[in-house]
Amino acid sequence: MLPALWFWIVAVMIALYVVLDGFDLGAGAVHLAVAKTDEERRMVLKSIGPVWDGNEVWLLAGGGTLYFAFPQLYASSFSGFYLPLMMVLWLLILRGTSVEFRSHIRNAVWRPMWDVIFCIASTLLAVFFGAALGNVVRGVPLNKDGEFFLPLWTNFQPGPEPGILDWYTVLVGVFALLTLVQHGALWVAHKTENAVQQRARRIARLAWYGVALLTVVVTIASFRIQPKLAESFANWPAGYVFPALAVAALASVYVFGRRQEDGKAFLASALYIVGMLTSVVFGVFPMVLPANTDPSLSLTIYNASAPEYGLRVGLWWYIPGILIAAGYFWFLYRRFAGKVQVEAEGY
Amino acid sequence: MDTALDIHRLHFAFTVTFHYLFVQLTLGLALLIFILKTLFLKTGDEHYNEAARFWAKIFAVNFALGVVTGIPMEFQFGTNWSRFSKAAGGVIGHTLAMEGLYAFFLESSFLGLLLFGEKILGRVGHWLAAMAVWIGSWLSGYLIVATNAWMQRPTGYRLGENGEILLDSWWSLVFNDWAFWQYAHTITGGVITGAFVMSGVGALYLLLKKHEDFGRTFLRVGVTAGVIASIVALFPTGDQQGMLVARHQPATLAAMEAHFTTGEAAPMFILGQPDVERRRIDNPFLVPGMLSFITSKRWDAEVKGLDAFPQDQWPTNIPLLYYAFHIMVGLGTIFIAIMVLSFIQLRRGRLFETKPLLWILLLAAPLPYVANTAGWMTSELGRQPWLIYGLMRTQEGSSAHVSSGNAMFTLLGFMGMYTLLLMLGLFMIWREIEHGPGGHAVQQAPAAPAPAVGD
Repeated sequence: MLPALWFWIVAVMIALYVVLDGFDLGAGAVHLAVAKTDEERRMVLKSIGPVWDGNEVWLLAGGGTLYFAFPQLYASSFSGFYLPLMMVLWLLILRGTSVEFRSHIRNAVWRPMWDVIFCIASTLLAVFFGAALGNVVRGVPLNKDGEFFLPLWTNFQPGPEPGILDWYTVLVGVFALLTLVQHGALWVAHKTENAVQQRARRIARLAWYGVALLTVVVTIASFRIQPKLAESFANWPAGYVFPALAVAALASVYVFGRRQEDGKAFLASALYIVGMLTSVVFGVFPMVLPANTDPSLSLTIYNASAPEYGLRVGLWWYIPGILIAAGYFWFLYRRFAGKVQVEAEGY
Repeated sequence: MDTALDIHRLHFAFTVTFHYLFVQLTLGLALLIFILKTLFLKTGDEHYNEAARFWAKIFAVNFALGVVTGIPMEFQFGTNWSRFSKAAGGVIGHTLAMEGLYAFFLESSFLGLLLFGEKILGRVGHWLAAMAVWIGSWLSGYLIVATNAWMQRPTGYRLGENGEILLDSWWSLVFNDWAFWQYAHTITGGVITGAFVMSGVGALYLLLKKHEDFGRTFLRVGVTAGVIASIVALFPTGDQQGMLVARHQPATLAAMEAHFTTGEAAPMFILGQPDVERRRIDNPFLVPGMLSFITSKRWDAEVKGLDAFPQDQWPTNIPLLYYAFHIMVGLGTIFIAIMVLSFIQLRRGRLFETKPLLWILLLAAPLPYVANTAGWMTSELGRQPWLIYGLMRTQEGSSAHVSSGNAMFTLLGFMGMYTLLLMLGLFMIWREIEHGPGGHAVQQAPAAPAPAVGD
């Protein structure tokens, strides 16, 4: 019972990370396309400025929770995905510094330089996170100690000796990028006005078609790559609620987008992300890291979790902690609600 | 430097040392900014608010670098030290996850409000935001020190049937007595850095004869905080920390002092080079009986030397450990001397005219960085050959499947990237210092240019 509870807690935290930092990354990916002048770019940065750091904390807090509840999973996946995780770290460093350093000097070399770094780092992060999800669905060659090491690529086939990147994980990476481009563009449209808003709406509208197409393609590919998915949905049909949420949310993105109700379209996009991620999580449950060679070597919530005492006592600090954190977010987002004003403080 | 283990160790040592350069200033400035905001709230004098705003801008650059270099630390537990994480994650994962939940969310949410929310929060609200950032960063410090303390002195666990480490008391993990003193000592070190940096900038302004009223404020606040912190770093925090090492890591204590032979009235070496092969100190300059006094408060007490322990339990790099410890203590002593002198002059109302002392304060500003780094090296080298003291050796904890070539690749990547970050960070902080406080009228005129934009 406790491992399953903690599994869903971690899953929800990671989903929240993707929804929250996802719009920062998406805004970064469309930064150069939606904002041309310095003032416009400051608008984009100001739309995420006060919150991006807090959003990124969901990755750290989710990672910490994963570490304490499923130490075996943390140890084996982090060392196995060594190279891509290090690159994620470098990209996170570049993204963070570009947001914070850009505003300090006003000249024609400094600011455009950080704008480009910000855009590239955000784009690559979206692709890497998608590819990471693809790796978890496909499975990795775990040995009997629950360990593995993946090179960046081998022959680009999801066979018995895969790399981090194969056609399937790259496909998921592109899918993630398009999803976050739509998500980020809707956020920017919601937070800005005039030209920036018009361009962001247009990008979100175009991205929607790509997202819809890839939703179908990636779903078909995933069911072929990971047989457990079909099995899960066949055994517990109640699980269809998750993909149903994703489909309904994606349709709502379209409808609200047409009506130019950016805020609602953004929320629908957030629900779409949650629906897709929970579908994946439900599909592989109770596995947390499938083995692609011998399924019996897979890491599950049972063989990767911490002992019962730790999981039980963890609830005592986790529940108040997460409620307080939710309170900060509610306060922070309410304080910075509404359209951004470029002449005000910061960025 | 050729095995994978060596590279994993250097990887963590390099990234954590670099990260801590920013952390120590964050810990110190968070308190000092809160003090400046409190002075503003009490006196209503806009001067203090302007001073706080100036330091908040430096804080922001420093904090951003601390955040981006901190994330790799959490990741490396899994990437480079997976066998350690598998064994100990169920224990120290508690303090690490609590750090995320209780400290990082608090800091990150309120830093944005501290930097950009002055107008929407009002005076008291903005003061509360400064307090939240201060509490958040100090809480974060406690939880990470508690994690380290468990590795220095594991408590609250039992061993399972196959030797696995099982948490059985959350309270002893979180309220480890080692954590209490180590934390007090660490935080004090951070305040020393903040105080020396603030005093150094104040001294610079007075010597340059610009922003002189701010220079005087920085000196008043910096020297007052500095004299308290420098003394507290020695007594009681440093003293108690030393007692804990003597009690729980006697081999470490002997190695810190290069105390090779067990004996009564053990001396303390002020200077001298340890020769581990011949087991002696060259060119010694010593205080007789001092080591005995420090460890048991008796001048003639017996102190165990390294000869009392099997050689496979000796710290692996005794000369470096010895130098790290001596550099920390030596600089700590110099800090007390500088700050006590400055404080006396400040009380006599003469500090602002005592040029030699202003020069010393200016030139001493980088030294706390050296002392804090040396302090952590003492702690971490002293724990060797253990990763978890007495439970797991360092060579048993690294990731078995990450080759030396892959580890070297990412180590070089971090070295390159961090070198650039350091240059950028220093450049931007220097620009803020050169520009000085004021000139960023924010509250008065809503149409004024954004404060973060340069001239």
